[in-house]
Amino acid sequence: MSRNDWEVVIGLEVHAQLNTASKIFSAASTAFGAEPNAQASAVDIALPGVLPVLNGGAVERAIRFGVAIGATVASKSVFARKNYFYPDLPKGYQISQFELPVVQGGAITIRVGDGDKAYEKTVQLTRAHLEEDAGKSLHEDFHGMSGIDLNRAGTPLLEIVSEPDMRSSAEAVAYARALHALVRWIDICDGNMQEGSFRCDANVSVRRPGGPLGTRREIKNLNSFRFLQQAIDFEVQWQIDTIEDGGRIQQATVLFDPDTGETRMMRSKEDAHDYRYFPDPDLLPLVISPEWIARVRSEMPELPGAMKARLVAEYGLSAYDAASLTASKEVAAYYQAMLTAADAKPGSQLPKLCANWTMGELAAQLNRAECDIADSPVAPAQLAGLVQRIADGTISNNIARKVFAALWNGEGGTGADAADRIIAAQGLRQTNDSGAIESIIDEVLAANQKSVDEFRAGKDKAFNALVGQVMKASRGKANPAQVNEMLKRKLEA
Amino acid sequence: MINASLTELRAALDAGKISSVELATLFLDRIERLDPSLNAFITVDRDGALEAARAADARLAAGDAGPLTGIPLAHKDVFCTEGVLTTCGSKMLANFVSPYDAHVVSLLKAAGAVSLGKTNMDEFAMGSSNENSHFGPAKNPWDTTRIPGGSSGGSAAAVAARLVPIATGTDTGGSVRQPAALTGVTGIKPTYGVVSRYGMIAYASSLDQGGAFGASAADCAQLLTAMAGFDPRDSTSLERPAEDYSRELAAPAAGRPLAGLRIGLPKEFFGAGMADDVRAAVEAALDEYRALGATTVDVSLPNAQLAIPAYYVIAPAEASSNLSRFDGVRYGHRAAEYRDLAEMYSKSRAEGFGAEVKRRILVGTYVLSHGYYDAYYLQAQKLRRLIAQDFQAALAGCDIIAGPTSPTTAWAIGEKSDDPVQMYLSDIYTIAVNLAGLPGLSHPCGFGAGELPVGLQLVGDYFSEARLLNAAHRFQQASDWHLRRPAIAA
Repeated sequence: MSRNDWEVVIGLEVHAQLNTASKIFSAASTAFGAEPNAQASAVDIALPGVLPVLNGGAVERAIRFGVAIGATVASKSVFARKNYFYPDLPKGYQISQFELPVVQGGAITIRVGDGDKAYEKTVQLTRAHLEEDAGKSLHEDFHGMSGIDLNRAGTPLLEIVSEPDMRSSAEAVAYARALHALVRWIDICDGNMQEGSFRCDANVSVRRPGGPLGTRREIKNLNSFRFLQQAIDFEVQWQIDTIEDGGRIQQATVLFDPDTGETRMMRSKEDAHDYRYFPDPDLLPLVISPEWIARVRSEMPELPGAMKARLVAEYGLSAYDAASLTASKEVAAYYQAMLTAADAKPGSQLPKLCANWTMGELAAQLNRAECDIADSPVAPAQLAGLVQRIADGTISNNIARKVFAALWNGEGGTGADAADRIIAAQGLRQTNDSGAIESIIDEVLAANQKSVDEFRAGKDKAFNALVGQVMKASRGKANPAQVNEMLKRKLEA
Repeated sequence: MINASLTELRAALDAGKISSVELATLFLDRIERLDPSLNAFITVDRDGALEAARAADARLAAGDAGPLTGIPLAHKDVFCTEGVLTTCGSKMLANFVSPYDAHVVSLLKAAGAVSLGKTNMDEFAMGSSNENSHFGPAKNPWDTTRIPGGSSGGSAAAVAARLVPIATGTDTGGSVRQPAALTGVTGIKPTYGVVSRYGMIAYASSLDQGGAFGASAADCAQLLTAMAGFDPRDSTSLERPAEDYSRELAAPAAGRPLAGLRIGLPKEFFGAGMADDVRAAVEAALDEYRALGATTVDVSLPNAQLAIPAYYVIAPAEASSNLSRFDGVRYGHRAAEYRDLAEMYSKSRAEGFGAEVKRRILVGTYVLSHGYYDAYYLQAQKLRRLIAQDFQAALAGCDIIAGPTSPTTAWAIGEKSDDPVQMYLSDIYTIAVNLAGLPGLSHPCGFGAGELPVGLQLVGDYFSEARLLNAAHRFQQASDWHLRRPAIAA
């Protein structure tokens, strides 16, 4: 039997660390990288007698998320204690939400694949709830003992749970990426995966198409999109092989080992904790007024889905371009700033030119330099200045690449007119003077009789060679369209 | 001076008849002399007390004294005190020095009160006799072979024996009112949320409430006024304007000061189970209330008999979780030897906790377990709502509810140690009040067999502390039960 005889079913649980300055139930800082236990307050280390006080900023962010995905923001939700013992869990319980989460339902539209095979899909969300993070156990460096760092204990998390709507690792990754982009877009999470600000657990099962759901195994703590893909791919194949070899899947929690690319069992269902959830008597039910939700809604920036639709409808961009330009908050902001600076009117060629340059030359250069677009040495207004000169025929696309390289190197100053300064300083203005072009053409034709003969003998390629010679002789400044037209006229005369 | 009321002590301090240092020394010397036979204190902080007393004297000299400046008191060892041992009556915390003050402790420090030390208690406030203390039982000053009640037994015994004029306590199911009754002092547990729980080591968070002990309702009113108030660090603290709980007490004594007060008598609190000597004292006290102008009406709390089972589901459930932090990892007792993490936990907790604490952790873990939660915890929460509704219905026909605080007088040490259910039943009249979150007060109302004190419990609607204190105060103006002292304080 082949892989095609199986349907893969995936649901994701994502822990997004909320970017509040202080912890969810204490006033201690959440900044990353401090000395161990330097950011652990009396509440975080669970001294006798201390009590939690909810951070309103964490609630605000949960509401923002709920509004952004079109979910129900619960007017009343309840914090519950999840009881288990572990040295980096100071209270012996984690404060979380269980029966009544703050965000219920909602959906995210994802775009999967490239080119002709690309398709859109809507993933339904089950819920998102607020909870506190645990500390860290450090098992190295202590000579047979373990160190406990409670700086992370009490950091606010939003646990975002999807329905089992994904049918491939590609869909799972597309969903995770879309979610990652969204939480950064609405500024509730910094999305730093290396620092653990965005962690994925994947629930994976396989079944016969149309059949009942298979038994799932949960892959814990995947902190990169690549690991997410690798782990799911391995797990799916393992489950298929196991079943086809006559085995059965046991519900379990597994870990992914990036070194081997394999998943291995951490604990079976039989070993699963009984967390003894019950409402935390130290915290009142979380009551969110309609006014609060309305205020958050009114302050919500344009969301990626809406912006994508606008780029298609208003500027005539392709769905692919619009999706790429809205894949991250920073790219979208750059493009939007560029449109404004270039005064790119719908119907003009500017929106498409801006898109091409953002996703093309700029993206490539940023990639080579390993530079974030937010830190781009070429400001949106500067790139807009360049694109405007292409649009008005001052320079050709080829010359524009030269100008861009100069912009990247900081030539032309820091102003929006940097491209103009470079064009002027280097004399790169395109020549539209037909007399000048004609004399260049005459020189080229005289010096390349062989190509002229070949063209007249029916070799079309010879024409391109002649165009290239003319452009070269003009140092790229001749208007290519004009060159084409005039050369053709002379040769056919 | 040892039998003086707070008002008298205030006057003496203000008039310079005695300094705060002299007053503290007087009580510290009594503690040194008498506490070996009472075991009311776990920690006596002579140096800290004298330092605080000197500061109080400086405030007095500067004319900056408040109502409690220079007044000695003691804290139940459930309240965290910075730099002072805070054991909660447990081996688990026998070495724990808190790095911070509980909200109540810092309020009283700021008021200039002088803490003499930390009082004995049932381990983690679990018990009705003080026999569950790792530091040995506190004794009843009226008969040192008897228990003083619990869990705030040390505070009650200390006030009864005049080792200190006033003391703090906590009340989860009767832990202020019951020991107050058994030792012949006055104790009040306010409405849940009136006193901040920050720094008060949690037993059952939804029931725990700080309270006050004194010789009289007037003394309790002054202490409660200083302890109460909104605290943003406790999410269950109620954001209300500060109250002066003494405000109704200043009105001059009249012939019938309680005219118009309707006292409800729940028939469930006067049935079988109440000892005859307690009944006689309670009935006599009610006669006195009627003589003061109050009328009595029969009311009913039909679900009151369900309070104990509901309590012994909810309180252990919360306790099992609250006590999880005592794991030997960061502070407190850790076993000397262990092979691995699981054994470190199990040995540290097996060694650190006493039998009653373990029993409640086990019960609480059980009732929260998968498959039992609905049957026990949710059912108990439903009962809790019914009990609260009963009180509201009863209070619709009366102003306050009265009855015995405890079904018996103080029993002998060891008498009920082997029978936890008998022990639990001693809180039968007090527990429902915590489940409803209402304020309750106990004041001395006579003596039973063997010259052992009997307490009368008054329960009112939410935030009716001032009314309860005023009723008890009028009773105390017309009687002298609260002025009787055990021989040890004579």
